[in-house]
Amino acid sequence: MSDAAAPPVRARGLVKRYKEVLAVDHIDLNVCAGDVYGFLGPNGAGKTTTLRMALGLITPTEGSVELFGRDPMRRGARALDGVAGFVEAPRFYPYLTGRKNLELLAALDGHGAATRIDEVLGIVELAPRAGHRVGGYSHGMRQRLGIASALLRQPQLLILDEPATGLDPAGMRDMRRLIRRLADEGMTVLLSSHQLPEVQELCDRVAIVDSGRVVYEGSLSDLRRQGGAGYRLRTTDDARALDLAREQQGIDHALADDNGLGFQADERAVAALSLALGRAGVGILTLAPELATLEDLFFRLTEDGDGAGQAPSAVDEPGASDVERLVPTR
Amino acid sequence: MSSVAASPPATAARAVRTRGPSVATVYRWELRKLISQKRTYLGFALVVILPIFFVVFQNVRQSHDRGGDNIFAAQITQSGLATPVLMLLFLSVFMLPLAAALVAGDIVAAEDGNGTLKTILTRSVNRGQVFGAKVLAAITYATIAVFLSAAVATAAGVVSWGFKSVRTFSGTIVSAPEALLLVFASNGIYLIPLLTVAAIGVLLSTATRNSAAAVVGTIGLVIFLFILAQIPGLEGIRPYLLTEQFENWHGLLRTPTDWAPIAHSAWVCALYALPALFAAYLIFLRRDVAGG
Repeated sequence: MSDAAAPPVRARGLVKRYKEVLAVDHIDLNVCAGDVYGFLGPNGAGKTTTLRMALGLITPTEGSVELFGRDPMRRGARALDGVAGFVEAPRFYPYLTGRKNLELLAALDGHGAATRIDEVLGIVELAPRAGHRVGGYSHGMRQRLGIASALLRQPQLLILDEPATGLDPAGMRDMRRLIRRLADEGMTVLLSSHQLPEVQELCDRVAIVDSGRVVYEGSLSDLRRQGGAGYRLRTTDDARALDLAREQQGIDHALADDNGLGFQADERAVAALSLALGRAGVGILTLAPELATLEDLFFRLTEDGDGAGQAPSAVDEPGASDVERLVPTR
Repeated sequence: MSSVAASPPATAARAVRTRGPSVATVYRWELRKLISQKRTYLGFALVVILPIFFVVFQNVRQSHDRGGDNIFAAQITQSGLATPVLMLLFLSVFMLPLAAALVAGDIVAAEDGNGTLKTILTRSVNRGQVFGAKVLAAITYATIAVFLSAAVATAAGVVSWGFKSVRTFSGTIVSAPEALLLVFASNGIYLIPLLTVAAIGVLLSTATRNSAAAVVGTIGLVIFLFILAQIPGLEGIRPYLLTEQFENWHGLLRTPTDWAPIAHSAWVCALYALPALFAAYLIFLRRDVAGG
């Protein structure tokens, strides 16, 4: 049964095995209403397989996934009410026009979807090319048609798999604006992406998967905070400042480079260093906190050691092993 | 999409879907897809060109063999209604099964290959509805192919040699209107084994996920069964071979009508078609859609 309070996506112990290959290894996901939820991972991490299971396209070997409390494997198409999107590249009938493709899909959706065709074509700015065969569309136009076909369903949950892949910079920018706008209007978005800046710009919560397992699930801000606070310092005498930083208690990993000094410290140690620099006659030009970027954190989580072995269970807050792994090692 | 802000999407009004579209809706779109594909017309061309070529050739030919093995071959120039019967005789063996296999073998596999299966299976239709619509579309195509061929052969024959009475397999002469009725009834009876070929095509299309493999596999099976029927010592199984049922309509062109081969072909074909369709249905229902 569907539950009005049920989250848009809830996966528990999701496993997909292809003979000896374990594509998805006990993944838990919690996408809440209103989330713009980033689903990150390197190629082959199991993102698309997970999304296919969510949409009922493939059967989980173990575990379950529910959309608004409905299991696609049990409820079939009814489980997808209020859900739209695409996995991998959106595919259409190349011998039909863009409009005919949307008419077909609207017929398969029923209940007034056909009346929204002009509206969604306008949203994705495909109206002038709607009468052309999809076979002649560029990759970007097909991506936009994919979004248009999803919007036909007036979804409450939009599942997008690499929507900006293959788009030129302007197309990527427009795609981000559209997603942002849909999210601002209350749509929950589950966004699988390789584009870390895109995720950083759009998403408030993320799951990072590696080798079929979730290695982090939670808010992006928590992830970045737990990645360790760093500082960047520029002075009138960086060499002297480096010596002082290394002598100061509570300052770690102090290194000089062309842009000054980088180090890690808590606020109390930073204050003490400022005073020490002043006493030593070293002028501070800039002193700024430097949060780890999503890219830094992503690579630390997915490239350090054996991700599968160290991955915690998927919870809202990362476990101790996450925090240990997120501490910068430079 | 830069002007998105100017045109709000209709997310505010959430649609409450009480029921999904019917199989008829999906079926109509399956037909539209067929109509939009060149391959569809290739099959039709195959079954239309041959009757026209046959009639033209017979008109150009100076002498006709009036003592052939087949009673309808001997009547070619005597009645235009002998032409569709002869054409059914010729085309029923290979060309019409090929036309049926071209679409049936492609109807699921092409969607798989193009990645559009995932597109339609993430809408408000269940897999069973999609499968049912595809089977109906394959049946429709095969039926149209048969009657289109019959119509063209009849028209060409009548234009060339007139709307006249014909002599049946039993030697009885039937009037032209009755002969016309028998011609189309014969084509209708022939649909029993032909739709069985289509069912096998759908099974292979679903199971192999490869259009070429499914089409070639279906025709390969027909050829295999033909060869099997020729092997000495296997006469006992011949009545149960699918290809033997391609002549089931001969019973209609006898006086009195011989219903036995028609009834026999009906249950023999059911033994092929129903398990094939059931297996295809189960595969389609349970399969992972991982391509595209």
